[in-house]
Amino acid sequence: MAAMLVGALRRGSGCRGGSRLLAQSLRRFVSTLVVAEHEGGFVKPSSLSALAAAEAIAKDNKVSVLLGGSGPALHKAADHAASSHPLVSEVLVADSEALAHPLAEPWAELLRSVQQKGGYSHVIASSTSFGKNLLPRAAALLDVSPVTDVTAVKEPHVFVRPIYAGNALCTVKYTGEEPCMMSIRSTSFSPTTEAMSETKVAPITQVDLSFLSEGKSSWVNLTSQDTERPDLANARVVVTGGRGLKSAENFKLLEQLAEKLGAAVGATRAAVDAGYVPNDLQVGQTGKIVAPELYMAFGVSGAIQHLAGMRDSKVIVAVNKDADAPIFQVADYGLVADLFEVLDELLKKIPEKK
Amino acid sequence: MKILVAVKRVVDYAVKVRVRPDRTGVETANVKMSMNPFCEIAVEEALRLREAGAAAEVVAATVGPAQSADTLRTALAMGADRAVHVLHDQDPARPLLPLAVAKILRAVALQEKPDLVILGKQAIDDDCNQTGQMLAGLLQWPQGTFASKIILDTEKQKATVEREVDGGIESICLDLPAVITTDLRLNQPRYATLPNIMKAKSKVIKKIAPEDLGVDIRSDMEVIEVNEPPKRKAGVILSSVDELLDKLKNEARVL
Repeated sequence: MAAMLVGALRRGSGCRGGSRLLAQSLRRFVSTLVVAEHEGGFVKPSSLSALAAAEAIAKDNKVSVLLGGSGPALHKAADHAASSHPLVSEVLVADSEALAHPLAEPWAELLRSVQQKGGYSHVIASSTSFGKNLLPRAAALLDVSPVTDVTAVKEPHVFVRPIYAGNALCTVKYTGEEPCMMSIRSTSFSPTTEAMSETKVAPITQVDLSFLSEGKSSWVNLTSQDTERPDLANARVVVTGGRGLKSAENFKLLEQLAEKLGAAVGATRAAVDAGYVPNDLQVGQTGKIVAPELYMAFGVSGAIQHLAGMRDSKVIVAVNKDADAPIFQVADYGLVADLFEVLDELLKKIPEKK
Repeated sequence: MKILVAVKRVVDYAVKVRVRPDRTGVETANVKMSMNPFCEIAVEEALRLREAGAAAEVVAATVGPAQSADTLRTALAMGADRAVHVLHDQDPARPLLPLAVAKILRAVALQEKPDLVILGKQAIDDDCNQTGQMLAGLLQWPQGTFASKIILDTEKQKATVEREVDGGIESICLDLPAVITTDLRLNQPRYATLPNIMKAKSKVIKKIAPEDLGVDIRSDMEVIEVNEPPKRKAGVILSSVDELLDKLKNEARVL
């Protein structure tokens, strides 16, 4: 019955008022749109976390995945999305040059259009720079308030999110109109690892893009640091350096250690500002949020803003000369020592990566 | 051209906030308040653009209680020409959401007709990271979020913005008018000098009630409770690297 109604709604007219009314009468049915990112023909792990969040909202959630871009990689990613999670009931593909780069303007229009057709009760994106750029703009177009950086779902409209750099956890209830839009903190939702049976593959539909208009913004380029190491936000082990590393040269020692551990390298704001490493390695309130199994901090004092980005790590190791450094208050294991001596010794004693 | 800068008064970034015993929010009484650090960067950038001859006037705006006037005075002391204060007293259980602030700022922008609006990328109290994007959406202007570099071409009415994104630095080009939000590395904000603080006292702050702007400031979010984050169990200080490796292998089992 629910499925039929939702189906009827999807096929229903594009008229905004009509679909809204109908959407409200269907309030007890949960249907979610996940705005996914893809790379190299695969849905990104952060977007798979968004699928896990959709499952946390309702066990029988009907999930549609929206993918945009152009070229063969998009369609390969769509195939991946179609079999990525048991709850995925449909993959929507928006194929256009205008969406090839993550510009907020066409993407927000796309999201508005897809929401108005689909009448979803929830819209989820991951709190990546893409999600944070896009979701609030789309929410404003739909005249609803999104919830940023959800770390737990208590009820379909009750969420927990950190405020004040993670020094307080705020439980909020969304009381507004549908859709309830949110960005989720991917480290708080583990993507489903269980393999799906071959038979469950969701249908893939092309999105009608006739609404796209001439843009007021254009993409120029992306300067990225190519690295072989795992992605910082999803790495199992992260080694981080702060001001105590003293130079970009010395950061190489940290990179050697990371190499041996199969770890990602992170940095504090001080290390980035001093030019030791590029800014996309910054861990903290305004940088990346990580929650690896092992977090090793070298020469990191542990400012509030840095702790905000790593306090949910399973095991925290701190190496610092200053025994009073705040980092020791959150560390499971601390070494009050010269970090260069410790690094040298670790490099000697840790065997090559298996 | 004219630049509008939005600023917010928040608990100072260096304060370790405490959750109120009744769990309705964090303690803000008798706590040091300052301008949100990202807003300082926004003000600084607007001033630099004016000093470089790209802008003629910088207007600072805020939405908040009477005390928020202090934050506007700070912006004026840094060098903003004048300020707009939209008065709003907060109900802690129904916080003023970014959508409402964005609607108020849209109304201010429609009055002031700036060519560029600069905001911080996020406030360090609610950590929402929404207002700039929403304002851009409501005005149907292009947006350049998380900016680490802004180049204005007043002749062509375009802005080139370098953005701090997950994979590195992305460069985009926007038609003016546009909305830009600042990242930490955009600039180093100046300190207000004493003569400028004195001068700021004679600059104009226009006071407006939200009702006068015709903005509905409904709140679609109810704060149910605010809690302390779970405490981590006390750690141990080890004496050697060997001991550390042993603990990581045999106790924590992460190596």
